[in-house]
Amino acid sequence: MAATSRKPAVRKQGPATRGRTSRSLPSRRVLVMAATRKGAWLYHSDAARKTWRSDGPHFLGHIINHLVLDPRDGRTLLAAAKTGHLGPTVFRSTDLGRNWKEAARPPAFAKAAEGEGRAVDHTFWLTPGHADERDVWYAGTSPQGLFRSEDGGVSWEPFSPINDDAQYRKWMGTVQDGTPDGPKLHSIIVDPRDPAHLYFAMSGGGVHESTDRGRTWTPLVKGLEVVEGFDPAEITVHDPHCVRLCPGNPDRLYQQNHCGIYRLDRPSDQWVRVGKAMPKRVGDVGFPMVVHPRDADTAWVFPMDGNTVWPRTSPEGTPAVYATRNGGRTWQRRDAGLPAQQAWWTVKRQAMTADTADPVGLYFGTTSGELWISRDEGQRWACMARHLPEIYAVEAAELA
Amino acid sequence: MKVLIPSALRSYTERSETEASGATLGAVLVDLDRQYSGIRFRMVDEQDRIRPHIRIFVNGEQIRDLAQPLRATDEVVIVQALSGG
Repeated sequence: MAATSRKPAVRKQGPATRGRTSRSLPSRRVLVMAATRKGAWLYHSDAARKTWRSDGPHFLGHIINHLVLDPRDGRTLLAAAKTGHLGPTVFRSTDLGRNWKEAARPPAFAKAAEGEGRAVDHTFWLTPGHADERDVWYAGTSPQGLFRSEDGGVSWEPFSPINDDAQYRKWMGTVQDGTPDGPKLHSIIVDPRDPAHLYFAMSGGGVHESTDRGRTWTPLVKGLEVVEGFDPAEITVHDPHCVRLCPGNPDRLYQQNHCGIYRLDRPSDQWVRVGKAMPKRVGDVGFPMVVHPRDADTAWVFPMDGNTVWPRTSPEGTPAVYATRNGGRTWQRRDAGLPAQQAWWTVKRQAMTADTADPVGLYFGTTSGELWISRDEGQRWACMARHLPEIYAVEAAELA
Repeated sequence: MKVLIPSALRSYTERSETEASGATLGAVLVDLDRQYSGIRFRMVDEQDRIRPHIRIFVNGEQIRDLAQPLRATDEVVIVQALSGG
């Protein structure tokens, strides 16, 4: 698929939310990007986020792990793709998905001696570079690898020493230490104040920070708990599910971990388990972590059942988002509009996000193929698409 | 030589059959990639291993060694493995 050109079928969808009226409305349209196990869909809103135009499927049958819009130009999309039979690649569109072209050199590990080299199974995570580095992108892969493109995603090279560093290879562990879909490098974060200040996380393998543009990295796991019976001093056993930096205060990070919800206020390197304030019957296990675009005291999580054999479904079959407005000291349940019973949902770590409108729009996708929206920061929810394939990732961006 | 292309890779070739040349299977795949940029990496990983769900037959015999010598009269068939049920 060196180049594709397609005119997607477009259909109107009905009102996505009813009832409560927003305090103020966004002046710009929102693009929601849903990446699924069987292709990708784009949803274009009106200015009120009330009606949505569906554009898709793109890459029907492809496994799309992440689909991201470049905020620096507002029209370039990158899609991390593979199929059941074919190897991984990255597709790029410079016209909001009207045409796609395959990367000339997708993320791939360096060639190694016979029997020693790793191969990228799939690109899992895409992060646009700093605003001042216009064509820079970062990618995280499974198995864990960190890659960088300096030409807008056309060609990718291994980035920094970690891919082949003996210590990091040890911390990455084995396939058995990763997720059921393979060990992953994710949550690549660029400090908006400094392009040389980077974070990433690995499942498994902990959270890591660089202040020298990726030349050296330091584990950032103090205060994080690990599964009972393991030693938290061992980096391999740390399993951060999703880490987010607050745009409103880049010194604050939140993390949804395998073992709880955490907050970190730099320059401290000590994570604080703010999830202990969650209701005991719900717990603080989950996958996604969403932060407010302006208010660093506000964040949202989607709890899942981490008891017994880890069902990874909504506790008691009653899905809910939990919100904090005070940095994690207290959490409020936000389930208005969501099913009241028998909804055994799983929401993956990339499948929940926020737009930047006021009030903030929240979006999440389930592994059962439903896409949900709240136009009022979680107060009320409505389904905006259903019957999609298993949703892997949801991103939202305001369009000019 | 003649190379048969499976449906999953026809977005590159836009046909089910094409021609490629080379003294080995690896060279033939490189020639295919020269003609259809990106097609080789979907079949062969960065360690030069044929991917798990790709099968390549030469004159009806499955080949996994990219160094396998080929002749101009050979027929190469690339197949999606019957995986997944």
